[in-house]
Amino acid sequence: MRRVPWTQHSLAAPVLGVVGIILFLAVWEVASRTGLVNPRFFPPASDVLVRLGTDLVSASFWTSVGQTMTSWIIGLTISAVAATAIGFLIGGSNFLRKATHTTIEFLRPIPSVALIPLAVLLFGVSIESALLLIVYASFWQILIQVLYGTADVDSVAMDTARSYGLGWWARVRHVVWPTTLPYLITGLRLAAAVALVLAITAELVIGTPGIGKQIELNRSGGSVVAMYSLVLATGIIGVIINMVMRFIEKRVLRWHASVRKDVAV
Amino acid sequence: MSLLKRFAYFVGLPVVLLILWWALTIGNTNFFVPKPLHLFEIFGDVWFGERMMRDVLPSIGRILIGIVVSIIAGVVLGILIGSVRVLRMLMEPALEFLRAIPPPVIIPVFALVMGINDQMRIAVIVFGCIWPVLLNTIEGVRAVDSVLNDTCAVYGIKGGARLRHLVLRAASPQIMTGVRQSISIGLILMVISEMLGSASSGLGHTIVQFQRTFAVPEMWTGIILLGLLGVALSLIFQFTEKRVLRWYHGLREVDR
Repeated sequence: MRRVPWTQHSLAAPVLGVVGIILFLAVWEVASRTGLVNPRFFPPASDVLVRLGTDLVSASFWTSVGQTMTSWIIGLTISAVAATAIGFLIGGSNFLRKATHTTIEFLRPIPSVALIPLAVLLFGVSIESALLLIVYASFWQILIQVLYGTADVDSVAMDTARSYGLGWWARVRHVVWPTTLPYLITGLRLAAAVALVLAITAELVIGTPGIGKQIELNRSGGSVVAMYSLVLATGIIGVIINMVMRFIEKRVLRWHASVRKDVAV
Repeated sequence: MSLLKRFAYFVGLPVVLLILWWALTIGNTNFFVPKPLHLFEIFGDVWFGERMMRDVLPSIGRILIGIVVSIIAGVVLGILIGSVRVLRMLMEPALEFLRAIPPPVIIPVFALVMGINDQMRIAVIVFGCIWPVLLNTIEGVRAVDSVLNDTCAVYGIKGGARLRHLVLRAASPQIMTGVRQSISIGLILMVISEMLGSASSGLGHTIVQFQRTFAVPEMWTGIILLGLLGVALSLIFQFTEKRVLRWYHGLREVDR
């Protein structure tokens, strides 16, 4: 019998991953304690983790998290609804698809941070400023995916639906929607990450309330440990968002793949 | 489709939108609403003078250096980590965490450590842009087709030749996906790293200056210029991708 290498073991990946994170923290700790890097700028990992621990039980921390996540979810919802509706509209018509192509390809790469001055003039430091940036950035991510999805609709399935006398709405509901859903979810996952980046950006640069603003305040106030603790917190939020979106995606794709298998058989 | 029809589709909607913009703002005296003809007139004066050397070119330089450094470092590290199984398992969660940190929060950190200068801005761009390239390269290297791998081993292809003809080739579609994500992140970081600090230069700095002094039409030309820069980078990317991945797109066509 051939010996299975230990890295193939099912526990190897999680264990090694945890070891990796511990090693990373250890290097950080030692480098700071021994003065290899300036501890004034790079406080030891243990200090930052302790601070993160006290943050996690403080009300003001959760208020900031709440503010950031509020603009995140509102922005993401607006762009998801708008992009899905517009995507189905454009994707459903060959004429619209061709006519809007250049306009979309021009507007899409415009970095939404270019709108920061406009947001400040229009809305100041209120949440609308953050929403403008978030919606602009995540809208295109979802729209493009929905357009890919609607282009992927099987023409035989569409013709079949037509000859069985399915109306416009029934075709959208039973043919276009199931094909597009996986694409839409991919778009949502990408948009969720982008929306977090833009929410934090608005807080850092414009000063809309949230974690980003606290980070900037701690930097200018010289509370370095608190700043690093919040940076770690944003990373944790990012990881959680990724995990949730992957979970949703996996469920949807599992369903999708099973449907596809039935069709193939 | 005839060439004329294609052309009509290509410019039709943009022209209609421009005319609408022009018509709707013609009698408008609102200070915040930009007029297309006016923007067109002042665009040259605002950007093609002294600001070209002081702001526009340095900004472009920063983002290009940042992206090139991230691609090289990301691909080299990615091949290393992707080829060594233990290393990959050890580092993947830590890397996923670093990637999940929204890159803009790194700006205050780097500003504190390095001060507000060009090196800091390039470092910020690299920090944001490296993760998509690195993680996609790792994934691409890991997923090299095992038959191709064995074939290379049987024919004694190893070292540099194996790297060039097998590993890099096989990973290139994934790497290009990473590069595309990097470019949009890089652009965001370039702009906002220039917005911090009072005595800086660059596109981001200039448009915020315009906004603070209520030079609204000038601000709009800055937004348009950033848009053009985004479009230009995306066109360069699409052109490169088409060349690099010509074999791959061809393969997919055949598969269909």
